[in-house]
Amino acid sequence: MSQTPMMTERATVQPQLREVPAVRMEAVYKHYGDFTALNEIDLKVAKGEKIVVCGPSGSGKSTLIRCINHIEKHDEGLIYVNGVELDYQRKNIDAVRRDTGMVFQSFNLFPHMTVLENCTLAPMTANGMSEAEAEDLAMHFLTKVRIPDQAEKYPGQLSGGQQQRVAIARALCMRPKIMLFDEPTSALDPEMVKEVLETMKKLAEEGMTMLCVTHEMGFAREVADRIVFMNEGKVVEQAAPEEFFKHPKSERARTFLDQIIH
Amino acid sequence: MSHFSLTAAVNYFFNYFLMKGVLVTIGLTVAAVVGGLILGMGIALLRMSSNPVLAGAARLYIWFFRGTPLLIQLVVIYSGLPQLGIKFSVITCALVGLILNEAAYLAEIVRSGFMAVSAGQREAAWALSLSPWVTFRRVTLPQAFRLMIPPLGNSINSLLKATSLASVISVEELMRRSDMLMQEHFQILEVYAAATAYYLILTSVWDAVQRRLEKHFGRSSVAKSRKVATAAPVTRASAEARA
Repeated sequence: MSQTPMMTERATVQPQLREVPAVRMEAVYKHYGDFTALNEIDLKVAKGEKIVVCGPSGSGKSTLIRCINHIEKHDEGLIYVNGVELDYQRKNIDAVRRDTGMVFQSFNLFPHMTVLENCTLAPMTANGMSEAEAEDLAMHFLTKVRIPDQAEKYPGQLSGGQQQRVAIARALCMRPKIMLFDEPTSALDPEMVKEVLETMKKLAEEGMTMLCVTHEMGFAREVADRIVFMNEGKVVEQAAPEEFFKHPKSERARTFLDQIIH
Repeated sequence: MSHFSLTAAVNYFFNYFLMKGVLVTIGLTVAAVVGGLILGMGIALLRMSSNPVLAGAARLYIWFFRGTPLLIQLVVIYSGLPQLGIKFSVITCALVGLILNEAAYLAEIVRSGFMAVSAGQREAAWALSLSPWVTFRRVTLPQAFRLMIPPLGNSINSLLKATSLASVISVEELMRRSDMLMQEHFQILEVYAAATAYYLILTSVWDAVQRRLEKHFGRSSVAKSRKVATAAPVTRASAEARA
């Protein structure tokens, strides 16, 4: 395994490393038929840490974060989320999903529900909140992502950027400890990327543990504690952004950076 | 000039005997739709199941009932089954036949509706830790149902007319009663003109209902001016305090 050890850790993260990590993956494999999507993944994410996962398409980055909340089932290896092992047991899967929020490339808002209903459904049905409580909570997070005025609209009436911000608010309404972002800006028109990234930055500043699959290298440089570079199902390189962008270790990372930074 | 008496046709239209036949037609249709939807939903769920035996059984059912004429199914249930000692009343025979047949069509409509709901919707529901029931009831079903309405409408329209086949096993619905009136008075065109008018009215009413349903369930693209006021201005402190 060509796993480079963690290069640098920011001071704020260091003391927390001794705690139970937010995510721990040990020798995780995922296959689709003959294709190996994840090939012996070892990854540790400390609480409060912000990770950007990047790499060429098909490198397994989405699969990696989709395994963390069991949207995708890993075939071999161990995954622990906040100390809970993802062992296919219903109650553990449920516990992990309650701890993690996910934002998808294609938003996946419920199109037949208003923005407000999108945000209140899970708190009301999965957490047993009253409608009034759930609506307060939803309005709080919709205010945070700066679209409280769109609460009564349907997703189809919003721009892509607005929809993605609603999706972030919807996930936050379950008060997750870890946020997973699966290419959150890839489906957006260029002028809408910024508003979503700003929202994510704000979340990062508040200390949320984040794993983001993204090609937004500006965001990575500014927000990430660590970059995880993947290729062909493997973690090829992990480093602090400075280090990664200036002195990528692997040939593959160098080519990748050359291709995406014009 | 003509051999067609409009007055007679109008009289048949308002004939009490015929009107009662219309009620039977409506009753058969409604019962077959309700029964067919329940059974069809079950068959669709089996058909989508990952268990090959259950999926295979559902497939076999659909293959059989869609592959044979309703008329044969009705006649077999009515005249054939008694040979094996299984006997139902006429109306039960008609209902059983119609429901079994309709369920096969509706199962495929239900299935196609569910398959058209994107996988991302289910994934989002999982990620939010919604229970399987809530995911079905609140996320997939409403979206699938919206997609099902147009084909469902077609199928119900066909069913409404297919109830006329029950006349063959002597159920006194609209068609059968028209036949009886015709045999009594021999005003063929007049009687069937009245019956035709009833079928057209029934299918037109259903068309209108279907349009309303489509509009209702397609509302997600239309603004709904619901109360925002209830979501009172939340101070950050109050929301944080609760957490």
